[in-house]
Amino acid sequence: MPKKSKTNHPRFKSLPKTPTGIRGLDEITGGGLPTGRPTLVCGAAGCGKTLMATEFIVRGALEYNEPGVFMAFEERVEELEMNVASLGFDLVKLQKDKLVKIDHVHIDKSEIEETGEYDLDGLFIRLGYAIDTIGAKRVVLDTIENLFSGLNNLGVLRAELRRLFGWLKEKGVTAIITGEKGEGTLTRQGLEEYVSDCVILLDHRVENQISTRLLRIIKYRGSVHGTNEYPFLIDEDGMSVLPITSLLLDSPVSSQRISSGIPALDQMLGGKGFFKGSSILISGTAGTGKTSLAAYFANETCIRKERCIYFAFEESPLQIIRNMWSIGIDLKSHIDKGLLEMHAARPTLNGLEMHLLSIHKHVKRFKPQTVILDPITNLITVGSVSEVKSMLIRLIDFLQQEQITVLFTALSLNTIVNEQTDEGVSSLVDAWLLVRDIEANGERNRGLYIMKSRGMKHSNQVREFVITDDGLDLVDVFLGSDGVLTGSAREAQQLMEVTGQALKSHALTRKDIEIQRKRKVLEAKIASLQEEFESVQDELNKSYVEDELKKEIMEKNRKQIIQNRQNKNTLDGKKK
Amino acid sequence: MVKKSKSASVKPYKWELRLYIAGNTPKSVTALNNLKKYCEEHLKGEYKIEVIDLLVHPQLAAGDQILAIPTLVRKVPVPIRKIIGDLSNEEKVLVGLNIRPLK
Repeated sequence: MPKKSKTNHPRFKSLPKTPTGIRGLDEITGGGLPTGRPTLVCGAAGCGKTLMATEFIVRGALEYNEPGVFMAFEERVEELEMNVASLGFDLVKLQKDKLVKIDHVHIDKSEIEETGEYDLDGLFIRLGYAIDTIGAKRVVLDTIENLFSGLNNLGVLRAELRRLFGWLKEKGVTAIITGEKGEGTLTRQGLEEYVSDCVILLDHRVENQISTRLLRIIKYRGSVHGTNEYPFLIDEDGMSVLPITSLLLDSPVSSQRISSGIPALDQMLGGKGFFKGSSILISGTAGTGKTSLAAYFANETCIRKERCIYFAFEESPLQIIRNMWSIGIDLKSHIDKGLLEMHAARPTLNGLEMHLLSIHKHVKRFKPQTVILDPITNLITVGSVSEVKSMLIRLIDFLQQEQITVLFTALSLNTIVNEQTDEGVSSLVDAWLLVRDIEANGERNRGLYIMKSRGMKHSNQVREFVITDDGLDLVDVFLGSDGVLTGSAREAQQLMEVTGQALKSHALTRKDIEIQRKRKVLEAKIASLQEEFESVQDELNKSYVEDELKKEIMEKNRKQIIQNRQNKNTLDGKKK
Repeated sequence: MVKKSKSASVKPYKWELRLYIAGNTPKSVTALNNLKKYCEEHLKGEYKIEVIDLLVHPQLAAGDQILAIPTLVRKVPVPIRKIIGDLSNEEKVLVGLNIRPLK
């Protein structure tokens, strides 16, 4: 059988590691389990040891081309095949393809009598044979402690186990050995004494009737590893471990802006809306229109031909669609076009981790540009505030890494604005809108504030937030002489203003006419005076012209006389 | 799994025993000697012993669920009984094989 399989040895200079293929686990361990060494996986009954071991074998065979031997001390081959078939692993086919070999070791104390000395060479030979026939690189012994229930001679058993682990190392196979949790010790039979390279503890805790599975790497010789307890999940795709947070804050940022769907709100956010890939929190008391705001955002996303997932924790999708229809949003059409997906589940359906994982999975599959969680407040029913916070941190981290814009809504229980409310996420989010009731004059109105919006100029003003049949809008609150006015008080004030305006303009027109008239009278007067002046001027001019004329004529006459005289003289001279 | 019986043609023995060993270790040799001795003593002419060396036939180990070496398996009469160890305690072997009822 082909033995050539690629291990990832050369990548790591220090300790070679074998990837398990289990989502998240390879990240915590920095690459996988120590290659060629046994790893102990221990935990109480039902915490997922066998499943983890099976997945290690199956993923090794399928993804890393490393055949594996599964030695089952507990389950029969058929049982095992059936159990993992629910995870989509076809062990029957893998066995046929010589990628996996399952050997069920049956130990029945009633069948066995012990006399004298013996060793466990039979087990060695079986395992060795199984390894050699398929060229296995991976081995699972599940649960080897069952030997202790079948055999009496503990001295032999312990010596043989020690020899077995040494022998596995010699064989160079990467092994997982599972062990049941004992009292005060990691395993009932103290296997941790023998397997000392890598120990992983699985735990299953139930708090408030909600179960959480946790994984912790107790030790990992020769390698750095995450030391925290990491929640993990088992679902139809197998096991997945979710590292609490990405350790670095190095997610990419975008300066692209996206509209909130409400032009007036965009105006408050520097005129352009939110940043793409940012996280937005809308908090407010009950009935202030948080869901409507969220639906508007979803609607706007879909109108841009981008995809959006809406996780509803309070209402069913149909209910939301109907309700949003009443304010003029047609979410159904977006769903039909495949741009919008709605997932509704009661928070108590499963633990926080399960919620996080299901969000992860939906996001990975649907690749949306926008994710909406409505509301996160209800998650508090399945976890403590700090747990919800840590979950949301991880969610935000994950979504930011993927450049997905996320919008949370949160219900604040107090009518007084509590600055550190909302599951403590207000410090994590990039933008925080607060919708608040403003109660005055016997009516309740909504006011919208922008508490913060990182990296952009935003309005510091309270806007009145109105929901009408045509949709949402923001109205400037009215600053009257009596202070801030909202609702009908604002409308009344506005009406009054309009009336005043009309009266004023009327008065103005009358005055204008009066002036017009006065001007006309004046102009008439000016005209008559002008006439008068002209007649006087004419008179004056007349005498002046006459004088001139007279003068001219006189001059003319004088010249005539002079000429006449001269002529006479010449005539006289000639006569002489 | 393959279960080869080398002398299936002959008349069925009342006792069919199979001894699994792994090479000629002292334990295996002791076990075989002990077994032969008990059989001659108590089951003369009615028994058959098959010795399987797992170093030669490792594939046979799984069939009889062999873990320990040496292991003696009583195939016939049923039910199958297993005795592990070097068979040094005669009493235990005889009781274990149901040759002699527990006193």
